[in-house]
Amino acid sequence: MNQYRTPIKDALEELERNRVIPFDVPGHKRGRGSDNLTKFLGSKCLSIDVNSMKPLDNLCHPVSVIREAEELAAEAFGVANAFFMVSGTTSAIQAMVMSVCKRGEKIILPRNVHRSVLNALVLCGAIPVYIKCESNEQLGIALGSSLKAVEKAIKQNPDAKAVLVNNPTYYGICSNLSGIVKLAHSYGMQVLADEAHGTHFYFRGDNGELPCPAIAAGADMAAISMHKSGGSLTQSSFLLIGSNVNANYVRQVINLTQTTSGSYILLSSLDIARSHLAVNGKEIFAKVLDLTEYAREEINKMGGFYAFSDELIDGDAFYDFDRTKLTVNTLGIGLAGIEVHNILRDEYDIQIEFGDMGNFLAYISIGDNHKNIEMLISALAEVKRRFSRPTMDIMKQQYIDPIVKAAPQEAFYNPKKMLPLKQSIGKICAEFIMCYPPGIPLLAPGEEITEEIIRYIIYAKEKGCSLTGPEDMKIENINVLE
Amino acid sequence: MELWFSEMHTPNIKISIKVDKQLCSIKSPYQRIDVFESADLGRFLVLDGFMMLTEKDEFIYHEMITHVPMAVHPMAKNILVIGAGDGGVLRELIKYDHIVNIDVVEIDEEVVRVCKEYLPKTASSFNDERATLYFEDGLKFVRRQENKYDIIIVDSTDPSGPGEGLFTMEFYGNCFKALKQDGILINQHESPFYAEDAMTVKRTHKRIVHSFKMSRVYQAHIPTYSRHWLFGFASNGLHPLKNLNADKWNDLGIKTRYYNTNLHKGAFYLPGYVEELLSDVE
Repeated sequence: MNQYRTPIKDALEELERNRVIPFDVPGHKRGRGSDNLTKFLGSKCLSIDVNSMKPLDNLCHPVSVIREAEELAAEAFGVANAFFMVSGTTSAIQAMVMSVCKRGEKIILPRNVHRSVLNALVLCGAIPVYIKCESNEQLGIALGSSLKAVEKAIKQNPDAKAVLVNNPTYYGICSNLSGIVKLAHSYGMQVLADEAHGTHFYFRGDNGELPCPAIAAGADMAAISMHKSGGSLTQSSFLLIGSNVNANYVRQVINLTQTTSGSYILLSSLDIARSHLAVNGKEIFAKVLDLTEYAREEINKMGGFYAFSDELIDGDAFYDFDRTKLTVNTLGIGLAGIEVHNILRDEYDIQIEFGDMGNFLAYISIGDNHKNIEMLISALAEVKRRFSRPTMDIMKQQYIDPIVKAAPQEAFYNPKKMLPLKQSIGKICAEFIMCYPPGIPLLAPGEEITEEIIRYIIYAKEKGCSLTGPEDMKIENINVLE
Repeated sequence: MELWFSEMHTPNIKISIKVDKQLCSIKSPYQRIDVFESADLGRFLVLDGFMMLTEKDEFIYHEMITHVPMAVHPMAKNILVIGAGDGGVLRELIKYDHIVNIDVVEIDEEVVRVCKEYLPKTASSFNDERATLYFEDGLKFVRRQENKYDIIIVDSTDPSGPGEGLFTMEFYGNCFKALKQDGILINQHESPFYAEDAMTVKRTHKRIVHSFKMSRVYQAHIPTYSRHWLFGFASNGLHPLKNLNADKWNDLGIKTRYYNTNLHKGAFYLPGYVEELLSDVE
């Protein structure tokens, strides 16, 4: 197929040229009914904010231009089918999970999954089986899943329907995906990849400069955030599937929750971004990689900071690393990652993706250039000169195996009550408690609250960790099942 | 035939110069570079559509950005010039025999090449043996220097172009680090006149004030810029007026056409609206 083609964009332009008189929604009628909005977003944007119609196809049941655009996307990513998603990667994750498991069925997943995965379990009633999570003590971050831990989970739960893998984690760390696929398939389980941070893997250079993309590694489905490294608009994503997945059934599942008024602004952004990636992707990501490698080298030369990379690869839970990710450990200058994040924002007008206890992540992409990178590096040199303190120790982390007593759905919907931390021991938790670092849930709905967990929550609070999730913002009480 | 070069000062205001002929037009990796010739202003250099200098009045800009710090610093030996690919600052600096070393950092090699060829009156001094030319990002260069220079002169383009990094907090902080204890930072400080430009002046001043113990602003009248134009003077020890050593500078016998030590003092007395603008962020 001709990857220069952009069928959705072309159809929108054709519609504009034909000057069709709109007696359909949206009611702003190409922006004529809302001057302020048109002035703010621009008339071009409003003129393509139109509804499904004959020449524009229909996202719920694509037969013409959206279908062609999806076929082009499938070819560009080297997969059997691609679905255009306009409700975020969250909806792609939901569709993926709900396509493979029903109420009461098991899904094997790492503890450091994105919230949207656990929320999908609340929606569909599946039961999570967690893989023991490895972490790097020195950096204070969760890693990927070790093959052995996955094997153990699979052998203990041969009735599970699927295994979910982060490819990569937020920090850019990959698991041995092809190993996991081989293992899971041999037990008749499907493999789902949360590839929110891995769009660019599909356009890696010929020498494997980036980790292997999920579908190429044999995974059955992958949810990818085109709006992260792919360059499309926020909230637009692709759901990719391999050849042994029933595409029509997946479409039905998507339509359970996806809007029937798919935004053509988002759809055309996916179409245009796909063409750009297909034509120029390898070149673009080679450049992004160069920028990141340069920044990493300069930052490491500075001393104090540690921008880690593939030297940490261990063939196991740190199986591969996405070198376009600039994750920097800040403990060497005596500052927490979140402190550096805040200093850069407040003093230097630089917005960083996130900071945790010991690290921050600067997102480097298609939209960066040497000038921006140089500003970031120089600002870090200044942060070190002006703000560094004697080095500090990171708190000791502990991974506590969760005890799943009830399905998240059951725990979410059944009557609950709030109890002080210590009185909740032995009860079943009805909400999430996340702890940063390392960004792993301490408790999820349906899990037994143990003395060990409560002790850890108190310790983490004392150490200044950020705890999020519960209804009680002070984390003095927990919602439990009655 | 009439051919005019126009520069927009705001979306609603433009000034135009009648062009006799275009001498050069190239696109470097960083910007578009044009050189034109006009009847009254001589040759003039344009980067990305913005007028940088004319042969007729560039002496005002270059004298004011160079001699002000040189008359304050008692014995500046080691100078860093950032930007300045046209060579004008360098031409003024080499008039001082006591200067030992001048590092000139220009990101765009093509600017230097074009200026040497088409603006030889300005770009006349690159061969001075005390000068070393680095084709590098100024921000990157200064980041690796520590306690080294007596004076840093930042002769940058607007913050909208490749000079963006030279208007940042991190740049001024790194300059602070690169200067000796009584060093002076001089920067091209834009115009305070139109609202959008005034914001740049304010933001820039705020960042310099934050980075140095003392920060003052002075002005010059540059006809082809046709607005008030400002320069920044920042230091941790030397005051631009209290430490001005007029007699000593005059004894050097340096020939200038705009700068003199009386004007030096006057340049630091600013119009009321500019004082107000600056004091907002001090």
